[in-house]
Parts: sequence; C-alpha cells; structure tokens
Amino acid sequence: MAILKTPTGFNMDDSGQRVVVDPVTRIEGHMRCEVNIDDDNYIRNAVSTGTMWRGLEVILKGRDPRDAWAFTQRICGVCTGTHAMCSVRAVEDALSISIPENANSIRNIMQLALQVHDHLVHFYHLHALDWVNPVNALKADPKATSELQQAVSPQHPKSSPGYFRDIQNRLKKFVSSGQLGPFKNGYWTNPAYKLPPEADLMATTHYLEALDFQKEIMKVRTIFGGKDPHPNWMVGGVPCAINMDQTGSAGAPLNMVTLNLISSVIDQTQTFVRDVYVPDILAIGKFYKDWLYGGGLSGLNVLAYGDIPDRANDYSAGNLMMPHGAIINGNLQEVHPVDLRDPNEIQEFVPHSWYKYEDDAVGLHPWDGVTDPHYELGPKSKGTRTNIEQLDESAKYSWIKAPRWKGHAMEVGPLARYVIGYAQGHEAITEQVDFTLRELDLPFEALFSTLGRTAARGLESQWAADHMRYFMDKLMNNIRNGDSSTANVDNWDPKTWPSEVKGVGFAEAPRGALGHWCRIKDAKIENFQCVVPTTWNGSPRDLQGNIGAFEASLMNTRWSARKSRWKSCVPFIVSTLAWPVPLM
Amino acid sequence: MLPKTLILGIGNILWADEGFGVRAIEKMQTDYEFPPEVTLLDGGTQGVYLLQYICEAEVLVVLDAVDYGLPGGTLKRVEGDKVPKFLGCKKVSLHQTGFQEVLALADMLNQYPKHLLLVGVQPVELEDYGGSLRPPVKAQLTPAIGMALEYLAQFGIRPQRLAETTNENEVARGAFDATTLDAYELGRPSAEQACRQGDERILRAPEIRLGDRSPAIEGMSVAVDQHLDPYRQVED
Repeated sequence: MAILKTPTGFNMDDSGQRVVVDPVTRIEGHMRCEVNIDDDNYIRNAVSTGTMWRGLEVILKGRDPRDAWAFTQRICGVCTGTHAMCSVRAVEDALSISIPENANSIRNIMQLALQVHDHLVHFYHLHALDWVNPVNALKADPKATSELQQAVSPQHPKSSPGYFRDIQNRLKKFVSSGQLGPFKNGYWTNPAYKLPPEADLMATTHYLEALDFQKEIMKVRTIFGGKDPHPNWMVGGVPCAINMDQTGSAGAPLNMVTLNLISSVIDQTQTFVRDVYVPDILAIGKFYKDWLYGGGLSGLNVLAYGDIPDRANDYSAGNLMMPHGAIINGNLQEVHPVDLRDPNEIQEFVPHSWYKYEDDAVGLHPWDGVTDPHYELGPKSKGTRTNIEQLDESAKYSWIKAPRWKGHAMEVGPLARYVIGYAQGHEAITEQVDFTLRELDLPFEALFSTLGRTAARGLESQWAADHMRYFMDKLMNNIRNGDSSTANVDNWDPKTWPSEVKGVGFAEAPRGALGHWCRIKDAKIENFQCVVPTTWNGSPRDLQGNIGAFEASLMNTRWSARKSRWKSCVPFIVSTLAWPVPLM
Repeated sequence: MLPKTLILGIGNILWADEGFGVRAIEKMQTDYEFPPEVTLLDGGTQGVYLLQYICEAEVLVVLDAVDYGLPGGTLKRVEGDKVPKFLGCKKVSLHQTGFQEVLALADMLNQYPKHLLLVGVQPVELEDYGGSLRPPVKAQLTPAIGMALEYLAQFGIRPQRLAETTNENEVARGAFDATTLDAYELGRPSAEQACRQGDERILRAPEIRLGDRSPAIEGMSVAVDQHLDPYRQVED
C-alpha cells in the first residue's frame, strides 16, 4: 500500500487493519469514522464521514428571508440559537438593516449564555465520562473527597464529607440495582482512566451539579427568546419588548422581574464556572497531562471570524470582542485578516463529498454555492449502497463539503479562537492561557492537543460568563437612560427592499466559526449557504489531499487497548475529537 | 393544595402515529381548562431539555406511542416503576431513549416525580413521513385523555371542560396554527411532491431493519444501546 503525504505533512498509510466506528456517539448528528492502525496500535489513516444530509439549504430556497432563522437554527439542537442569529445577520447585511443597541446587547447575552451552556454540557455530560469513572467513585473516602474539594476550589460551598457521602450512596443504589442510567454504557475497566477515587467522586458530583445548573442558564434564552431550545429571533432586532414601568405594551417579556432573574442567573453562571468548571479542568487535567495528541490542525491552520460586537452594527475586527483571523502553517507571528465576501478566500469543494458541481475540481464561494446531492460510492468501497462495510476515501465519502480558506483546510472552535487570541495578544486570553499552562506545568505547545482543546472550552466559558455581566450592565444602563427600543422595523416590509441583494452573516458558535451567505431576489431567498463549524472540522479531503481537523486529530494517535477494541475505541474517538457534530 | 403536575406528550408529529402524545396534549389544551398547578407540555422529541420540567413535577403523566406488541390502536396504562421499562421495551423511536435517560437523571438528582403514569397507544403506522395519526390511533385520543384525567382525579385535579372548541381558542391557547392536527392534515403535499418513505438508503432497503442494531466486530457483538438492557426486561 502506498503512503500518501498530504500537503500539511501527514503520512496517510492505509496498509494496517481497518476499523470502523459507526455511529460515533455523544454527538449531535450522525458520524462515522474509519481508521487504519499499524502493528504498534497507532492510527496511520483516518477517514471521517458525515452520514446524514437534511437538505436545509435546498428547503430554504424560495422562502421569505425573514423566516430563514426558524429553519437554520434546526441545524443543531445543542448550539441552539446561534444559527438563527447568524442567518438574521446575513439578511440584515443584505438589506442594510441596522439594529438597536439593546438588541445587540440581548443577542450577545444569548450567544454568550450559549457558549457557557454548551461548553459546560459538553464537558460534564458528553465528554467527562471519558476521563471520570463514576464506578471508581464508589471506592472514594468522602472525607478525603471533601479535603480535595476544599483544596481545588475553597470557595465552593458544597464540600462537606456528608454531602459527598450522600452522592456516593445514591450512586451505589444505581450501581447495585444495575441501572446506571447515563453511566451504564461505560468502559469502567479500561486502564486509560487515571483519576483516584476521590477525584472521580468529586467530578461525578459536579456532573450532577452541572446538570442541575444548566437548567438555570436556559432561562436566559427562555426569557429573551420566548422558549429554549430554539428561541425566537427577528430580522431587525430581538422579538422581546421592554416594559419597565408598566406603561409599555402589556405582556412584554422584559420587565424588572425578568431582568432581575436574568441578572441573578448571570451571577450564578460566573460563580459556577469560576468555582466548579475551571477548577475541575485544572484538577482533572493534572492527571491527564500526557493527553497531548489529538491536536488536529490547531498547531497548523486555525480560523476565527470573531463575534460579540461591542457596539451594535459594527462587525469589523476592532469592534468584535472575540478573536478574528487566520493562522497558516503554525506561524503565530502572523494573523491574517479574513474577508468573508472575497470570492477567493472561502470556497467549498466537493470531490470527496456526496454532491456534484458542474466541475468538481473548482471551489465555489458560498454566495455562488451549489447544494446538489449526489450519492455514489467509490470503486474500492465494500458492502452495498445501503449497508456500507468500508468506505473508499479516494472517491466521494461524506455528506460534508470541504471548505477551504485560500486553499487551506482549517480548524475552527474554542481552541482555534484561543490560539488566534494568544497570537494577537488578546489580554484576557493571554492571561488565562499563561495561568493554565503554569498551573499544569506544561509548555505552550501542549495547547495543540485534546487537553488544550478541553481547557480552551473552560477558559472561554469564564470569559463568556464575565461578558454576559458586561452586556447586562450595558443593557440596564441603556434602559435607565430611557432607551427601550429592541427592534428596527423600518425595512420590515419587503416593498422597501431592492429587487436583488446578497448578504453574509457570521458568528462564533461554541463549536467554531459559522457563516451564512444568502442571495435575495424579489423578496425570496434565491440561494442560502451555511458553512458551519463542523463543515470545517469534519471536512473530507480535497483534490490536493489535505485532510480536515477531525481526521488530523485521529492521525498518529495510539489505540489504547487492542484486545477490546470496540469498547476502547468509542470513548477514545470522542475524547480525541471532543467536538459534537451538528450536520445540515 | 393541588400537587405540582406535569402532563407531557412526547413524540414526533411528522411521523404518523409517533405524534400521538403531542396530539393528545394539543387536544387536552383545547378542550380543558386546568388549574394553575398543572402544566401541559408538548415535549416533542427533546431529551435532556425536559429535565427541569420533570424535576419540578410531583405528579407526572406521560402520553406517548408505545410498542407493547399489542394490536394497533390498543391503549394501555402503566404506573410507577414500570414506566421507564415499558418506554424502553421496544423503542418506537429515538426520543424514547432520550426520555428514559431523563427519567434516570431525575432519579439521580433525587428529584424524581412521586407519582408517574404512562398512557400509551400501540401505533399502527410509523413509516409515513408527513403522515398523520391512523384512524384506530386517532380514535384513542379521547379515551387516552380520559385515562389521564381519571388518574389525576385522585389528586383532586378536575379540569373544566370547555364548552366550545374553535380554531381561534386553540391558537389563543398557544398552539401553532400551522401544526394543529387539522391544518397539518389538510396541508400535506402529495406523495409526488414530498417523498413519504424517507431516504431510499434507509427505509426502502430490505436489509435494514428499524430498531436495535447490533454491529458485530471481530466476533464481539455490542448493541448500540446496551446500557438500556435492564429497562427492557419487562415482566409481564
């Protein structure tokens, strides 16, 4: 078998044994991985496949652009709302609609609440069980656990031996009844678990605390957006009126009571992230300091569009509080600006995707994007069309397109944002990263790993919680100064629209850079293209052989226990990827 | 004082009889006025997002399409500890996996409902995308609501029957106009316009059987959702 060298230096060798994992679990969406492992159990070839296509871009054609958000936010049920905001921004950009300051603050609070909520649920409820062993927690001494808790996070009030004993007894009840619920599908005998029982009990307890807390943070979006998941959005602002002194419209969702509730949830969020989430990352991270593989493309090519505009309607890099830019070939000295409108920067390719273009060799900028499904398996695939045993990655093999920035495959997400922020000298990010590396006693390069990606999520949650407070204060000040406007409906009526326009909206979803491009003709959507974080990270190969971030993160990673391959591979794969996969 | 009560309909209205639970909630909301301690919730196919509502409830009534292995349209009520087992007995769809886990999580948080009732109907047809309830299943909406109300009466919950049901008061009560049962059935596109059997690679393939899958890997067979096995062992 030939070894193929990719332009970014990965040696793809498919001569070893092929292993298929389908479905990959604990993700949003549907995904399959195939890898070849060599005689020493290292992955030498990796193939990641999006196994579902829903056709949302096709469904949007011909619809009212003011409704696009209601469709696009169904792309994902975890990062709920962010697609809606992005498509609303795209339509506002196309129609030159500006939004009031209050709407900007409210959107930012909703988006930041999502960042925290998503990272928190991801760490504790999707990901932690790859590091934390709740069965081992039964062996813990509650008193020693209490001492550990007080050492790790002295401010956290839930730390008494009795508290941990209660939780342990509850866990015992589940284990002895054989009904572990969400903990049942585990791999609890795997030697890859490294925490002592006390750390396992502390972290399992926080799994439950986080579960309890996450239902509080949902209230932010429920109040502003009417419901959650999938809150309501609106072109021109936000669909929630403010009625502070009962002189405004009756039934307006924002009044002193609801705003106070949101403010109190923000306080709780800051506290929980500071006293539980971040200390847990550092405490658990210390036991997994050798998890320095799975870096994907983070040490090579990273991309962020930026988000969280300080002032409304200014989407230039200087006004965005989250990092913007691109780094190529690991050169942190140079952060390139990214132009989402430039037809030569972002392009999507399909030679390895189940779509067809007029010419598959050409990349298309999303404004000219085409979504035409074309399912066919390569000649070397095994099995049938409906029951694939093995994919042929030299042909089309995924429902995900391959987006490229100036021809480069890019990693997006919290780690990409933190690498870019660090390279730019973003003050808060630099301080957080330096602190974390010092605490864990790790060099800077350690950031480009599963450990770094997991840490970036926690640090970003802290940053996001603090900025929820910043925008809440801003909102309250603005209301106090007499501005209660939340929507601009000047151009709501399609009669006021030009006959043909195009726009782009972008955001930093929890999972990474997100862009929606739309063309509007005669008040209807003519074309709508979404390039989502997983389009970047889950990208299949391109004509030059470049692999995407998922595939890169699997490469050269060791398979932990060959004899029980299936059992070891699922947590292993998920830990390495550490990204849920929302698909279109 | 009345106990805090949640009446929850779960399922997918786009998938024929899978929509039973949601339709039952819709009908309850149109036909009855409940005291403020009672929440009616269209839970759709949400999983963990339902946790907060479950945790807050002292009495929980779940309406759903359940595969009991009985003739289509049969209505069956199950109480207490047997509910999660029956929900997982043979899963009708993925939402039940999610919902079982939510019940387990509520239990772990020590916030499990004190009283739990499942009113389930045996579906006739599922594999009809965009389809509606089949007549024998639709005919059970009113009896299912009756079962739920009979159960709730022991807690002193007696909703007021509304005199007249119109589309206006249905919408005013929070239903989405476009997805109410009548609008949904009348608005269905033809089979030519919208495929009713889903993706050829899945639903039309004879070798694919909907339900549990057991991929065999080097002689080792692992069910995808093996962790739910204990819940499946229903003693009858």
